[in-house]
Amino acid sequence: MNFSSSIIKNVVEAISNFPGIGQKTALRLVIYLLRNKKNAYKISNTIKELVDKINYCSICFNITEFKYCEICQDPKRDKHTICIVEDISDIMAIENTMQYKGQYHVLGGLISPIDGIGPSNLNIEPLINKLSNGNIKEVIFALCASMEGETTNYYIFKKIKHIGCEITTISKGISIGSELEYADQITLGRALINRYSFENTLKE
Amino acid sequence: MILKFLSIINFKNHENTSLKFDENINCIVGPNGVGKTNLLDSIHYLSFSKSYFNSIESFNIKEKENYFMIKGEFFNQEKQELDINCSYTNKKKVLKFNNKKYDKLSNHIGKIPLIIITPIDSNLINGSGEIRRKFIDKFLSQIDSSYLESLLFYNKTLNQRNALLKNSHNTNDYIDLLNTYDDSLAEFGTQIFNKRRDYISSIIKTVKKYYNIISNDREDIDVEYYSELQNNSFKNLLKENLQKDLVLQFTSSGIHRDDFIFKMKETNIKKTGSQGQQKSFLISLKLANFDLLYTKTNEKPILLLDDVFDKLDDNRVEQIMTILNSDNFGQIFITDTSFNRINSVMSTAKISCKYFLYNFNGTYHEKT
Repeated sequence: MNFSSSIIKNVVEAISNFPGIGQKTALRLVIYLLRNKKNAYKISNTIKELVDKINYCSICFNITEFKYCEICQDPKRDKHTICIVEDISDIMAIENTMQYKGQYHVLGGLISPIDGIGPSNLNIEPLINKLSNGNIKEVIFALCASMEGETTNYYIFKKIKHIGCEITTISKGISIGSELEYADQITLGRALINRYSFENTLKE
Repeated sequence: MILKFLSIINFKNHENTSLKFDENINCIVGPNGVGKTNLLDSIHYLSFSKSYFNSIESFNIKEKENYFMIKGEFFNQEKQELDINCSYTNKKKVLKFNNKKYDKLSNHIGKIPLIIITPIDSNLINGSGEIRRKFIDKFLSQIDSSYLESLLFYNKTLNQRNALLKNSHNTNDYIDLLNTYDDSLAEFGTQIFNKRRDYISSIIKTVKKYYNIISNDREDIDVEYYSELQNNSFKNLLKENLQKDLVLQFTSSGIHRDDFIFKMKETNIKKTGSQGQQKSFLISLKLANFDLLYTKTNEKPILLLDDVFDKLDDNRVEQIMTILNSDNFGQIFITDTSFNRINSVMSTAKISCKYFLYNFNGTYHEKT
């Protein structure tokens, strides 16, 4: 693409670094910013604030403005249960269910040598240290049900099983409100193998 | 399974073809290049949602056109109608079953049981082990969806393990992570190994039976499954080969190195078998698959025979027709270039069938 000014070119190139945004969309955004200068300042300030002030919780690697995140600071939350998730967006998803009252640990990705991600690139060491200090009764794996997710689960499991806390994983199966005939065979097969006592469903 | 009606538009060299078929034997006869094999391929397409010959979809569209469409009306043993409609435009494939679109094409596999025998199958004997593994994987996936699941998982894990061997040598957790992959490889690889072994041992008798009929007991044949897992557990195997893998930077042992050896008189049929003997062997193998597919699905598969009598002596042709005339087989499609040959084969075997006689210009007439 040809740009009339090198400044525009630089901005377009910077914006097109965003995931899902190409050069054309980037140019549209740049033109919008030029026409709405007030908004542009507001956006640039908020981005600066974001980069300067947001950091990662030193306990669970969630995002926070302080040293510890809100969840880790909350005295009402159960300090003996840790839920392991891939990313911050997973915390938000689980928080929205209002079903979980424990703490989290964000890995920051999944093990995948093809993409150049090994265990040392993830927050696995801090997790092991945290567990070794005792006090944790249960660890819940809440990673995605892909091959990479399973590998990461299994890798961590082998690293922490000697510590002696209970290790569980979220269940996989039929989504609520859906019809059996539309479930794919693999999911349905797994759901059958991992069936559980009906009495447990009555408690809720 | 019976294909009652087939309509093809712009598929390979068929511009617009609609055919009504007989429930038993249909013979498509005509000179080279009128589209006999492509007709069979379109039926294969409805069963597997892909061509048997061409994996590049755009090659399946007739020249100068931008889409193709295949439609088939089937009915099963319970006389239920199954309409299958497959179209391909703008690099997008849409497959409909009774007018309902599939989300995943793989869900269709197995709905229309089908076996195809073509001259190209000689690759199974002359080609590499990969071709034989693919053939057996494709067949087993048709009768067992959990086989396909294990295989996909195995291949993904294998790719990750190979990437690990290649890229990240010096990280501390290298060996721990390798062990993690080894455990999953062993779990899924052993499942696949067991299923392949069971498959070979369950068809070997039928392959021999059919070959003996076709050849009048003249030669002894055998199928051997070769896998490193036969003498060793997968976990041990990976452990023993670890140093080698580290040097080679890929996984040197496992079910992705399996092979199936087709034997005649104790040696590889690739070396000792004549073209006719090799062909007889492949027909026996495919017919054994037919029987197994029939038992597993409880539905007579459709049988496609492309130029099946070529290279075979009269005796063997006669024997094959005796096999096909039994109750075990349902609807059959046969292509041939010579009406006189196939007509004499059919009348010797006292089989009535429907003929589709093609002319050079692509028109045809029916004859019973």
